[in-house]
Amino acid sequence: MRHMVQKQKVMKGKDPMRITMAHGGGGKDSADLMKNIFGKYFGNEILDKMEDAAVIDPFLLCDMENKKMGKLACSTDSFVVTPLEFPGGDIGKLCVCGTLNDLLMMGAKPLYITCGFIMEEGLETDLLERIVSSMAETAKEAGIKIIAGDTKVIEGSGGLYINTTGMGHVPNGRDISAANCRKGDKILLSGNLGEHHACILSARMEIENGIRSDCAFLSDVTETLLDAGINVRTMRDVTRGGLATVLNEIAESSCCEMVIREKDIPVSPDVKGLTDILGLDPMYMANEGKMIAVIPEEEAETALDSVKKTVHGKDAVIIGEVSEILKGSATSDTDARVKLITHLGGTRVLDMLYGEGLPRIC
Amino acid sequence: METATVIENLKNYDGPELKLMEVCGTHTASIFKSGIRSMISPAIKLISGPGCPVCVTPAAYIDKCAEYAMKKGHILLTFGDMMKVPGTDGSLSDLKGSGASAELMYSPFEAVERAAAHPETMFVVAAVGFETTAPAYALAIEDAKKRGIKNLKFITALKTIFPALSWICENQPDIDGFICPGHVSVIIGIRPYERLAAKYKKPFVIAGFEAEHILAVIYDIVNQIKKGEARAKNLYENAVREQGNIKALDIIKKYFEEGPAMWRGLGTIERSGLYLKKDSPFDAGSRGLDADIKLPGECRCGDVIVGRINPDECPMFAKGCRPDAPYGPCMVSGEGACGIWYRNRKL
Amino acid sequence: MCIAIPGKVISLENNKAKVDFSGNTVTVNTGLVDPRPGQYVLVHAGCAIEVMEKEKAEELLEIFADLEDFR
Repeated sequence: MRHMVQKQKVMKGKDPMRITMAHGGGGKDSADLMKNIFGKYFGNEILDKMEDAAVIDPFLLCDMENKKMGKLACSTDSFVVTPLEFPGGDIGKLCVCGTLNDLLMMGAKPLYITCGFIMEEGLETDLLERIVSSMAETAKEAGIKIIAGDTKVIEGSGGLYINTTGMGHVPNGRDISAANCRKGDKILLSGNLGEHHACILSARMEIENGIRSDCAFLSDVTETLLDAGINVRTMRDVTRGGLATVLNEIAESSCCEMVIREKDIPVSPDVKGLTDILGLDPMYMANEGKMIAVIPEEEAETALDSVKKTVHGKDAVIIGEVSEILKGSATSDTDARVKLITHLGGTRVLDMLYGEGLPRIC
Repeated sequence: METATVIENLKNYDGPELKLMEVCGTHTASIFKSGIRSMISPAIKLISGPGCPVCVTPAAYIDKCAEYAMKKGHILLTFGDMMKVPGTDGSLSDLKGSGASAELMYSPFEAVERAAAHPETMFVVAAVGFETTAPAYALAIEDAKKRGIKNLKFITALKTIFPALSWICENQPDIDGFICPGHVSVIIGIRPYERLAAKYKKPFVIAGFEAEHILAVIYDIVNQIKKGEARAKNLYENAVREQGNIKALDIIKKYFEEGPAMWRGLGTIERSGLYLKKDSPFDAGSRGLDADIKLPGECRCGDVIVGRINPDECPMFAKGCRPDAPYGPCMVSGEGACGIWYRNRKL
Repeated sequence: MCIAIPGKVISLENNKAKVDFSGNTVTVNTGLVDPRPGQYVLVHAGCAIEVMEKEKAEELLEIFADLEDFR
């Protein structure tokens, strides 16, 4: 919805500085942009070398004590959210957290991140600086380094798109995968559904409320689980497509069925109010700071207690379990795998998201 | 009576098979969402009805909308429901890829504000709905008139429920009772259902949209049938007044007049459409949009819409026809009856 | 056919009202109703279509109370 792109804050009495095609030309304007914005916030010993590529010592990926190599995890994601700044975060924080979380969900320790910026002409440089600063701050908090980047400028009206690619180290012997679920495993959800999506929609539609994006990296939750020695089967962050889509993806990978209880699924009253207004379903709405973990039955209580002590898992809850592993020949891909027990005690299929999940009147 | 008792009675019902029609698409969705079918006896069959704009809107209407969306200097505004309904050359959503300017709106008043803010653009509203939404369009037109807004038009596909219910009663005599749409009834009150109940001797009970509302109404209809009663009742008194909303009915009369309307699956029903009065400057050419795509060979959408069969009795259901690979229009958007049934298919 | 939800009227102005839905404030057209602040209105497509007699939670608690016994 182009017309709803954020109204950029304009300082009274002063024309804001904006990105122009010259900033993408590779000449002086580009160099100044690098120095004054990107260089100001993104410095580290690898990036500062300003070579054509970052060169990394692979022994950093080793568990030096036990002389085991482990594995490299790598993930990429592109971020095109509007508005660029929203309650609870901005595209800068989002593009770091999103990629970090993908690494964390594989049980990796995130180490490095790269970033590619596509800036539309007209983007205010003050806004760009706030976003770059936010990225740097988030990366610093997460203990990761931004080691490579790129910028391009295209024609447009002030938009910004960012791609980040992250790399991390998976310790030797760790095997976290969506295919690992077993019968009886419990499904843990780290907190309220739909916050990020609700926040973005509210900002675009100028609905007044106190909803904030839950944009955050989840290392406190994942480290707590792994450090406690929990035999986590799989973890997934609940992003586009929502909880329902994530559960279906895992159920398909593990060829299993799941049962989830609606009464245990946490949704805050203001997010529920917004979804009621727009005719949306929180089960299909994106978060940017929530995850699920599938845990062996006998370890679930311990896992839940540990997670609830973390900042990003304080509202964690067990929402259901893996009810059956499907044996024999491959099940048809139209078979439903996730069953929801409704508030009233009825049951229904919880399918993955089809289409866009558009707000409706009917 | 306790919730548990109501559910128990419905679960244990062992009388003759009953067919109850959930007239309204929103009821179909609520019933699915709350899992009610899994809680009642299989002898109580709930079947979807024609109260679903997504299912009953013919392709010619979408084609007209698409025409405006493709015109330079025009923006088509629509509720999300209509984005995926198939026209002759695809849905509005499909056509966005070819440069159609079709955007979501959340209320017709938003269309008025956008028209006021951008006088250089012609805004055309895909004005779809039933009696619940008609007054909102009328109020929007009234506001636009007062403000002298000239760059706002409406393509209407507004329908009224009473003629459709009469048609169903005439052509589907095996339906035993009707769960009546709660929010349409807020506007029209209980009188139309009293006439239908008296003429066709079947229970018509108005339901709200919470699971509890719907359960109570199913219970009441089954009980009426057991007792040989056939009354119109209002079990949504919190919102529905006997006489309906008089202001709403008046403003509908002020701006709209009845006319024939084409309902996919039912055909043309006289006096079942609402059209802006002739020569209204706000009309974008809404009359005569009756032509429809030919339903593909084995598609039984027509029978599904009138409740002759349930979606899962269509030979294509879940086999050649799924929301991600739809064969017929009821499955396309995922909001039509087949799309909702698909998401309620057996585990 | 019609998603409509109840919200609480916070304030009135001309033919509009600010209505609260569990912490979300939306401006709604009141051309069809005559509410007072504090009352609940049923809102559909940005338009208040009726004033609710009572709060939904209260209504649902009583919904089964008047049902007759199964024959």
